[in-house]
Amino acid sequence: MSRGGALDMITRVRGVRGAMLVSAEDGLVVAEQLMEGIKGGAVAALAASLAGRLRRAMEAAGTGASVFWHLQAEQGALLVVPGNEAQGSLLVVAVTEPDVNIGLVRLELLRAAETVL
Amino acid sequence: MSPQTRAVENWTLQPLTNFVREASARLVLVLTPSGQVLAQSGFSRAVDVMSAAALAAAIVASTSELARQLRQQPFAALSHQGPKTGFFLATFVTDRGTLAVLAVYDLDVSSLGLVQLFYEQLAADLKAASPKGAVPKQVLAADFERELTDSLNTLFGR
Repeated sequence: MSRGGALDMITRVRGVRGAMLVSAEDGLVVAEQLMEGIKGGAVAALAASLAGRLRRAMEAAGTGASVFWHLQAEQGALLVVPGNEAQGSLLVVAVTEPDVNIGLVRLELLRAAETVL
Repeated sequence: MSPQTRAVENWTLQPLTNFVREASARLVLVLTPSGQVLAQSGFSRAVDVMSAAALAAAIVASTSELARQLRQQPFAALSHQGPKTGFFLATFVTDRGTLAVLAVYDLDVSSLGLVQLFYEQLAADLKAASPKGAVPKQVLAADFERELTDSLNTLFGR
């Protein structure tokens, strides 16, 4: 499946406002499917910055690498599946409404990560 | 406000201070394409400011000429990234004339995406804050050394 196809599967979930592949190292957008009004560059920079800090904190805590994280905000949520370094350090990111079915989005993010990363 | 951020032209100070804090940049210069420094953050030695400004101005000049030969608009931004550190150089137009921003960042605390994101805000803030209708002062060769010394003294709080 192409990158676009993988992102398409994520954005088909009700309540998902956009999906992106982000370079974890640079915080730059690799591919995106976003609704109008979502600032892809800002979301990518935020996700990569958080992913980097989280990875270092988790290494220090001895918990191993994260496989999924969910940042809930007042007006929405950010859901991320980080790839490992062998996968080119990409992040699969979804921007959602606050009341989205998290489990379903998580499933699609993991599927997309398997396909694309 | 970071004690390491200083400006020759005060209208640049707050936008630069915000940028340094938000983008977690280690070193930043705001300068003209001729290499005149308007503000700096993070530098501890005058010679480093002079070197960085001269090199940044040279890069701006060479990429502008390259763009001219390709019949393109001047390049908007340039980024280089090493294993631990990256730098970002971009130019934009204000009422004060064209300005360049050179930002050096450590990859363990920042990223190109963050620097680009907050650079856009910095450029917008500097455009809004720049003195309207100001004619950039010409620095004559005879005054160059005194102007440079005055600028460096201001930039290092002497």
